[in-house]
Amino acid sequence: MSTLSVHDHGVAHHEDDHGHHHHKETFISKYIFSMDHKMIAKQFLITGITMAVIAMILSILFRIQLAYPDKAFPLMETLLGRFAPQGRLDSNFYLALVTIHGTIMVFFVLTAGLSGTFSNLLIPLQVGARDMASPFMNMLSYWFFFLASVIMLSSFFIQKGPASGGWTIYPPLSAMPKAMPGSGMGMTLWLISMVFFIASSLMGGINYVSTVLNMRTKGMDLWKMPLTIWAFFLTAILGILSFPVLVAGVVLLIFDRSFGTSFYLSEIVLNGTQVQPFEGGSPILFQHLFWFLGHPEVYIVIMPAMGISSEIMSVNSRKPIFGYHAMVYSLIGITVLSFIVWGHHMFVTGMNPFLGGVFMITTLIIAVPSAVKTFNWLATLWRGNIRFTAGMLFAIGMVSFFISGGITGIFLGNAALDINLHDTYFVVAHFHLVMGSAAIFGMLAGVYHWFPKMFGRMMNERLGYLHFWLTFIGAYLVFFPMHFMGLDGVPRRYYAFTEFESMKQWLSVNMFVTWAAIMAAVAQTAFLFNFFYSIFFGKKATQNPWEANTLEWTAPVEHIHGNWPGDIPAVYRWPYDYSKPGADEDFILQTVPLSQTMNSNLPHDFEDNPTGLEEHNKWVNTQKSNEQVK
Amino acid sequence: MGFKNLFNSKKILSLLAVFMLAGTDMLFAQGTEAAGAAATDAPKDNGLATAGYYILMFLVVCFFIGIIGKVFRVYDLTQQIRGKQPMNWNNVMGTLFLIFLIAGLYGVYWSFTTHGSMILPSAASEHGGVLDTMFWTTTGITMPVFIITQILLFTFLFKYRYNAKRRGHFLPHNNTIEKVWTIAPAIVLTVLVIFGFFTWQSIMNSVDAKGQPASINIDITGHQFAWELRYTGKDGKLGKTNYKLVNGTNKLGLDFTDKASFDDLQADTMVIPVNKSVRLNIHSQDVIHSVYIPHFRVQLNAVPGMPTYFKFKPILTTTQMRAKLDKPDFEYEVLCNKICGGSHYNMKKIVRVVSEAEYQAWLAQQKPYLTDKLKQKLHFADAPADSTKVQGNRLALNN
Repeated sequence: MSTLSVHDHGVAHHEDDHGHHHHKETFISKYIFSMDHKMIAKQFLITGITMAVIAMILSILFRIQLAYPDKAFPLMETLLGRFAPQGRLDSNFYLALVTIHGTIMVFFVLTAGLSGTFSNLLIPLQVGARDMASPFMNMLSYWFFFLASVIMLSSFFIQKGPASGGWTIYPPLSAMPKAMPGSGMGMTLWLISMVFFIASSLMGGINYVSTVLNMRTKGMDLWKMPLTIWAFFLTAILGILSFPVLVAGVVLLIFDRSFGTSFYLSEIVLNGTQVQPFEGGSPILFQHLFWFLGHPEVYIVIMPAMGISSEIMSVNSRKPIFGYHAMVYSLIGITVLSFIVWGHHMFVTGMNPFLGGVFMITTLIIAVPSAVKTFNWLATLWRGNIRFTAGMLFAIGMVSFFISGGITGIFLGNAALDINLHDTYFVVAHFHLVMGSAAIFGMLAGVYHWFPKMFGRMMNERLGYLHFWLTFIGAYLVFFPMHFMGLDGVPRRYYAFTEFESMKQWLSVNMFVTWAAIMAAVAQTAFLFNFFYSIFFGKKATQNPWEANTLEWTAPVEHIHGNWPGDIPAVYRWPYDYSKPGADEDFILQTVPLSQTMNSNLPHDFEDNPTGLEEHNKWVNTQKSNEQVK
Repeated sequence: MGFKNLFNSKKILSLLAVFMLAGTDMLFAQGTEAAGAAATDAPKDNGLATAGYYILMFLVVCFFIGIIGKVFRVYDLTQQIRGKQPMNWNNVMGTLFLIFLIAGLYGVYWSFTTHGSMILPSAASEHGGVLDTMFWTTTGITMPVFIITQILLFTFLFKYRYNAKRRGHFLPHNNTIEKVWTIAPAIVLTVLVIFGFFTWQSIMNSVDAKGQPASINIDITGHQFAWELRYTGKDGKLGKTNYKLVNGTNKLGLDFTDKASFDDLQADTMVIPVNKSVRLNIHSQDVIHSVYIPHFRVQLNAVPGMPTYFKFKPILTTTQMRAKLDKPDFEYEVLCNKICGGSHYNMKKIVRVVSEAEYQAWLAQQKPYLTDKLKQKLHFADAPADSTKVQGNRLALNN
C-alpha cells in the first residue's frame, strides 16, 4: 500500500515561517500595494469590471448612432460636448468609440481582467502554492495594468479625442496625425498605454508559468492539474511569446510617428497635394507584426474561458470532464497552431496569394481541436446530474456561443469566401460571439463560481439567473442578425448606413439590435448590484459550497497569507472524481489518497502508476475471493 | 422600442419623474450658469430630464424585480415551514433551456428566411458564382452541425437536470468516440480546404497569360475620401505614375515623360463592358482603403506604396440586374471597406456594366487626364516635343 500514500516530509519546515509571525499589515500594504495573489486577483477583477462597464457604455453610444443616424440626442451633447455637436455623434468620434471599445474589451477586460483575475486567484490555490513565484512582480503587474488603464481612459480628455484608427491601429492612418484627429495625441496615449499594458501582461505571464512549473504541491504532477490551470498556463506561454512582437511593432510605429522613419510608410500624398517624404516602407509589415500577436491574442482571450467553463461544467454536472487528456492536447494544439494562422486576417491585403492559401490550411486545421473541445463538453453534460448554479449557466452559455461563433470561423478562415466577407458585419458577428460573448461568459461564470473563494460570501443565485437569461438572449439578438448584414456586404466601422441605398434596408434591423444591446447592457446592473452587494452583505460561504474536488476548496474561507494553515495539502488524484461508482459521496477531493477509497478505485486511476495498478488488482482479487467465500 | 411604448403610456409616472428631477435640474442649472452661458436666450434642451426620466423608469423596474424576488423568497420560506419542497430551480432552468431551444430554433428559422432574403443576390461576376457555390456548400455542411450541437446541448441540460436520487454517469473518456470526432471534422475540413485552396488560387493568380487577349485595364486610386478612375486611351496602355508628381492639377501624379500617359482617360463612373475580363489596378495615395464591390464578390485592399490588382469578369449588366432585383434605380457600387478616417462611411463610386457597344460609345466621350490647363502648365502645346518633355518633367518634379 505504500505506493498509494505520499509522505509529508519536506513541507513542514517551510511552514514555520508562516505559521508564527504575523507581519503587520497596513491599509496600504493590504489593499493597495498588496503582494498577496488573492488581493491582486480582486484588484484585477474590479478594475476589469470597471473597464468593461466603460467599454459597454461606449458600445451603447455608437449603437444609438447606428440605430438613429438622423436623430439628435441633446443628452449626447450634454455628456460629450464637442464630440457630439447638436446632439449627434461626430463621425471621427464614432470611430474613436469603436476603437476604444475594442481595445478595452480585448486587452483590458478579456486579457487582463480575465487572465489577471483567475490566473492570480487560482494558480496558487489550485496547484497548492503559498503565493506566486514572485509576489512583488505580481504587484507590479497589476499597477502597470492600472496605469495603462488610466492612460487609455485619459485620452478622452484631450482636445482631439482618443485614438480612432480601429483597435488594430493600421498605419498609415494611425501613423500620420494629419490623417484623422484621433491619430494625434490620442494615438500617442494609446501607444504608451499599450506599452505599459504589455509590460504588465509579461510580468503576469512569467509569474504564472514559473508558478505552475515550479511550485506545485506534492503529488500535483502535470496530469493532475485541473483544466483551468492548463488553460492559464498555456495562455501565459502564448502571451509571453507573442506580446513582445507587438511591442516591436508599436515601437517602430512610434518611430514612424515621432522620428521620421519610414518602416510602415511609403509613397504618401495627403489631401491630394502634400507629398510626404516617406519612402520604402510597407504598411503590410505592421499588419504582420500586429497579427502575430493579434491572433494568439484571441486565444489568450478564449482559452482561460475554456478552462474555467470546463471546470465549472464538470463540477456542476457532477461528472468528470470527458476526455481530460484530449482536452489538454487540444489546448496545446490550439496554442501551437495559433502562432501560424495570423495571415487569415490579411487575405485581402494584397499579400502573396500563395501565402493566403497556406494560412487558410493552418486556419482550418485549428478548427479540429476546437471541435474536439466542443464535443467533449457535450459529452460531459451527457448523463450528468446537472445543477444549474449561476456559474454553470454562464459556462453553458459560453459553449453555446463558442459553437455559434466558431462555425462562422470556417467561412472566414476560407480565403476564397473571405474575399466577400472580409471586414463586413459577418466578421463582427463572428468574433463577438466566439471570443467576445463566449469569453465574457467564461469570465462571468468564473466570477459566480469563485466568488465565495474571493470574498467569502455567496452571490445571489436568482439575480444571477436573471442576469444570465437577459444577457444570453440579448447577446444572441444583437449578434445573430449581424451575420446577414455581412452577407449583404455591409461593411463594419461605418458611421451611418444612410449614404448607400443598398444598406438602408438594414436600418430597422439596426434599431432592433440597438434595443437588444440596451436591454443586455441594462441587465448588467443585476450583476453589478449582485456583485458589490454580495461582497459586503452576501450569505456567508461554506468552505466548499459547490462540493468541488480541487485544492482551493480545502483552504479556509477566511483568507490567510500563505493560503493554508499548516502544511500545504498533498494531492493524490486527478481533480475530476465526481459521481464515482462505489464512493460514499458524489465527489472525492484531490487530497483524499486512493488508499482511503478502495471501494471506488478503478484501473483508470492507475494509468501512469504500474505498482499502484498491481496493488489495485491484488485488492480487487481479494475482494472477489472474499465474495466467493461468502 | 418596446420599453418606450410601455413607459410612454404612464403619464402619472412621468409627472413623478419631473417632480423628482426638479431638484437635480436646479443643481445642473446652477452649474451651467456658473460656466457663463448667460448669452443663450431660449433654454436649450440638455437631455438631462429625459435621462432622469428613463433612470426613474429603470428604478421602478428594479423595484418590481426586487418585489418579485421577495415573493419567491417568501414562497420558498412558507413551503419550507409547511415541510414541502421549496421551489426547484433546477427544473425551472432546465425547462427554460428547453423553451430557449425551441424559441431559438424558430428564431433561427425566422432570421434565415426574413434576413436571409435580404442578403446579396447571386454573384454578378464569373468567379463570384464559384464563391457562391462554395459558400452554400459550406453552409450546407456547417448549419446541420450548428443545429445538432445546439439541440444536443440544450436537450442534455433539460434531460439530465439535477435529481437528488440520481448520480452522474462516471465516464472519464472513451477513446473510440474521441477518435471519431477528431477524424470526422478533420476530413470535412480537408475537403473544404482543398476546394477553397484551388478556388482561391484560381481567383487570385489571374495574371494575363501570354497570347490571351489582354483584359481591360482600369486604375482605381483611393484617397481620403473618394476613388479616382483612370482608363487607357487608344494605345491600350496606362502611363506611369509617380506620387511625387501629385498636385492640384495632376491629382494622380501621371508621369508625362511616358508617352503612354498622354491619352489616359479620367472618368466619374466606372463603366465596364459585360463578359469581358477587367483588371482593376488598385492604388492608394494616403492611407489603406479597400476596394469592395459586393455584387461582384470583389475585394482587395488599396495599400499606399504597394499596388495590387484584382481581375474579374462581370456577367450581368446593370440593366439585367435591375430587372432581376426589380429595382429600377439599382446601381453596382464600389465602397471602401477599410477604416480610413471620418468619412470612411461615404466613399462611393458607381459601377455600371453595359454592353460592349455602349462601353465604346461612353469611352469615346471621356476626357484625357492631360487637360489643356495641364498642357499649358507643362508647356506642351507650343514648344517642340523633345525639349518640353524634359522641362515638363523637371517642372513637375519641382512641384
